[in-house]
Order: sequence, then structure tokens, then C-alpha cells
Amino acid sequence: MPATAPPAADHALGDTIIEMRHVDKFYGDFHVLRDIDLSVARGERIVICGPSGSGKSTLIRCLNQLEEHQKGEIVIDGTAVHARLKGIEDIRREIGMVFQSFNLFPHLTALENCMLAPMKVRGIPKAEAEATARKILERVHIPEQAHKYPIQLSGGQQQRVAIARSLCMNPKIMLFDEPTSALDPEMVSEVLDVMVELAESGMTMLCVTHEMGFARKVADRVIFMDAGEIVEVAPPERFFTAPQNERTRKFLGQILHAQTQAH
Amino acid sequence: MRALGSGDIIYIIMAVRWTLLLSLVAFLGGAIGGALVALARTSEFKGVRIVSAGYIKLFQGTPLLMQLFLAFFVPGLFGWSVDPWTAAALGLSLHASAFLGEIWRGAIEVVPRGQWEAATSLGLRYWPKMVLVIAPQAIRIAIPPTIGFLVQLIKGTSLASIIGFVELTRAAQIINNATFRPFTIFALVALIYYVICRPLSAYSKRMEQKLLVAAR
Repeated sequence: MPATAPPAADHALGDTIIEMRHVDKFYGDFHVLRDIDLSVARGERIVICGPSGSGKSTLIRCLNQLEEHQKGEIVIDGTAVHARLKGIEDIRREIGMVFQSFNLFPHLTALENCMLAPMKVRGIPKAEAEATARKILERVHIPEQAHKYPIQLSGGQQQRVAIARSLCMNPKIMLFDEPTSALDPEMVSEVLDVMVELAESGMTMLCVTHEMGFARKVADRVIFMDAGEIVEVAPPERFFTAPQNERTRKFLGQILHAQTQAH
Repeated sequence: MRALGSGDIIYIIMAVRWTLLLSLVAFLGGAIGGALVALARTSEFKGVRIVSAGYIKLFQGTPLLMQLFLAFFVPGLFGWSVDPWTAAALGLSLHASAFLGEIWRGAIEVVPRGQWEAATSLGLRYWPKMVLVIAPQAIRIAIPPTIGFLVQLIKGTSLASIIGFVELTRAAQIINNATFRPFTIFALVALIYYVICRPLSAYSKRMEQKLLVAAR
């Protein structure tokens, strides 16, 4: 992976863009998120890891209210959000989201996938939306696939179109929900490269991923979650070399072992 | 009693147009109603879901013939006397709304959750999300069973004969009453229904196989 993103300390962070205070979420009786406190600065890059079922995906899905939280407060760029908030769509369009399973619209070409929301949500004229879409498809290194349908693309290409689709909305925040977990190993790096480049551009990013190389190179802070709690938050340096919590150590031991074996 | 003449045969064949017209009207009415029922069934509002589910249960749980009787007699109770044509069109439309609504609800729900989530996260509101993202995918899935139901509906129009609407079946009854050649007449009528319905069934089957291949 070309690691060209500036190290965490080198880039300036702005004001607070995401604020979670005492956030709790339940699925019925199951306590998915427990008293989450998290503040993210504009331009900050955060990697969230943890065992499956730890609530990491749920946490980022609460930010754009794909999931409702039951207690506490989530403030996005000055607005307290809730799924029933009138105008929640205006918040959502500022938050791009990339999914594990890509979720491209299968009946539209790559280009049309990228043009739909800018035209229908932002009201951008077709010619302008197309020009932007083409520019951004170039930025994710697949301008030549513009007229293909998702089914004709490889997993890595589909995921890059999905990233482009979000970027075409010119969002303030990008959320990544295990973006490389569904990919064949040889396609992981082409997606991570795009994400590293995006990080270089100063985008505020929250990534749920187990790609520890990516975390090490790009993250300002790494968050470890377990059983619905934020167990540890630290800059990658300290997170990987001197984790404080026993649960973090155990998790890192397992995952680093697995990744070493894989490579 | 008189002999069955070529004029009688032509009379029966010409009545096909009423069968087709009634089918068309009922299908269009059912499509509009069915779209509303399908949206109501997948609504985020519980009350709307319950009411639409009740509507479907009511129409799926009672015979079409009773529905046509009610469509014919109930408006009269409110001082609005309907002719057989209106009653048949109304009854069949309500009937088709329930069945198409249920077929289309299923098609909407087969569209993966990730599609809703992707559209939602892009900031699309309900209608653009439904029209631009969900419906185009749901329609492909819905075409074969929708045509399958259209075949049922065309055959179902024969029941309109009982409330006195002169379509293919009723025309045949009228001629049979005068000539008493039931075997010839009703075999002819069955053949006409078959000629109309069989190509539709075959088309539905072919679309279904195409979808199966595409899904692989």
C-alpha cells in the first residue's frame, strides 16, 4: 500500500464536527451501544475496530441515523440529529457512507449511480452532475468503467464506484463500514489506496475496518470497541505499541496474528 | 328453440371485446389501487400497514362472485344504482387491487435492505427513493406474477355474467338458451379464453426464467 498520507500529527484539525454524548442504543433487550462519548474534529481520521457484534457498525450508522439511538445526544455539525427530525435528509446528504456490500444501484451504470443523488437531492443540472461524476470516477481510477453496470464490474471496482457515488455529493464526512471485508484479497489494496488519497485531501473520515496497516498509516486516532463500549481510544502509535486495556491487547494479538498468517 | 347459426357465433365472438375491455379497466383500476396498497403495506406507519393488510385479507378471503354481488347491490343501499358494467368494473378493480397490492408488496420487500440504506444515506426522500431506486428493481421481479394474475383476472371476468353484464360468457349463455347447443357453444367459449390467456401465461413463464438466469 502506498502510504503517503501525512502522519497524524502533521495535519491541522478543525472545530468539532461530530459530537456523541452518552449515547445508548438497544435492539429490544440487547444493549448495542453503551454510554458512547465521542468527539470528532473536522478533518480528523478515525479507525474503529473491535470484535464482531461490538457495536462498531452500529455506532457509525447512528451518525446518519440509519439506526436510531434511544438515549443521549448526537450532534452533527451543530445540529442534534434524530431519525424523526424534520430535514434529517439535509444532514444525511452531507455524510457519505460506504458499505461492506457496496450497495450500488444495479439498474444504473456507474456514471448514473454517481449522478442520481446530486441531481435529485441537490438539484444540480444533468450536464454539471455528469462532469463532476466523470471527474470523481477518474479520481478513484476507473473513468473507463463509467458506462458499465455494477454487475459487469469487479468487487474492487464496485466499491470504488460506491466511494465515488458518495463523493459526488461533496460530503463533509465520510463513513466506511468495513469497506474491504467483502473483497477478494487482491482487490483490497485498490480500495485502500483510494481511501488513503481521500484522507490526504483532508476529508473527515470514520472507518470501521480491521485493516491495521491502513489504521497505522492514516488514522489520527484508533478506537477499540467491545460489547457496545468504547474501550480504548489512542493515536495509532500508542494503540499498536502500548495498548492500555487487556481486552485491546487480546484483540490485537488475535487480529495481528491472523493478518500475519494471511500475508 | 332454433338452430345455431353463423350470426350466433359472430355474436359470441364479438362479445370478446367486452371481456377484454372489462379486463383492461379492472387491471388499470387494480394497478392504481394495487400500487397504493403495496405502498401502504410497506409504510413505516403501523396504522396504515394494519388497514391495508385488513383490506387484502378481506378480498383474498372471500369469493370474487360475492365481491361482485356486493359491488352490484351495496351502492343501491346508498341510493346510487349502478349498472352491471360499473359494478363489474368496480368489483374487479377492488379485487385486483388486493391481489396486485400483495404481489407488489412482496416485490418491494425482495429489494435488498442495502438498496434502501444506500439511497437513504445519499439523502433521498421517500418518493425519489421509491420511484428511482426501489421501484425499477421491484418491477422486474413483479412482472411474471403480475401477468399471472392478469390471466386470473381475465378468466374472472366471466363471473360478471352472473350480475348481468354481457361479456363472452353471458353472450354464450344467451345463445345457448335460444339454441341449446351447450357442447359446441361452451367449447367455443373455452377455446376463446384459452387463446387469450395461454400466450400471456407463456410470456410470464418466459420472463420468470429470464429473471432466474439473471439472478445467477
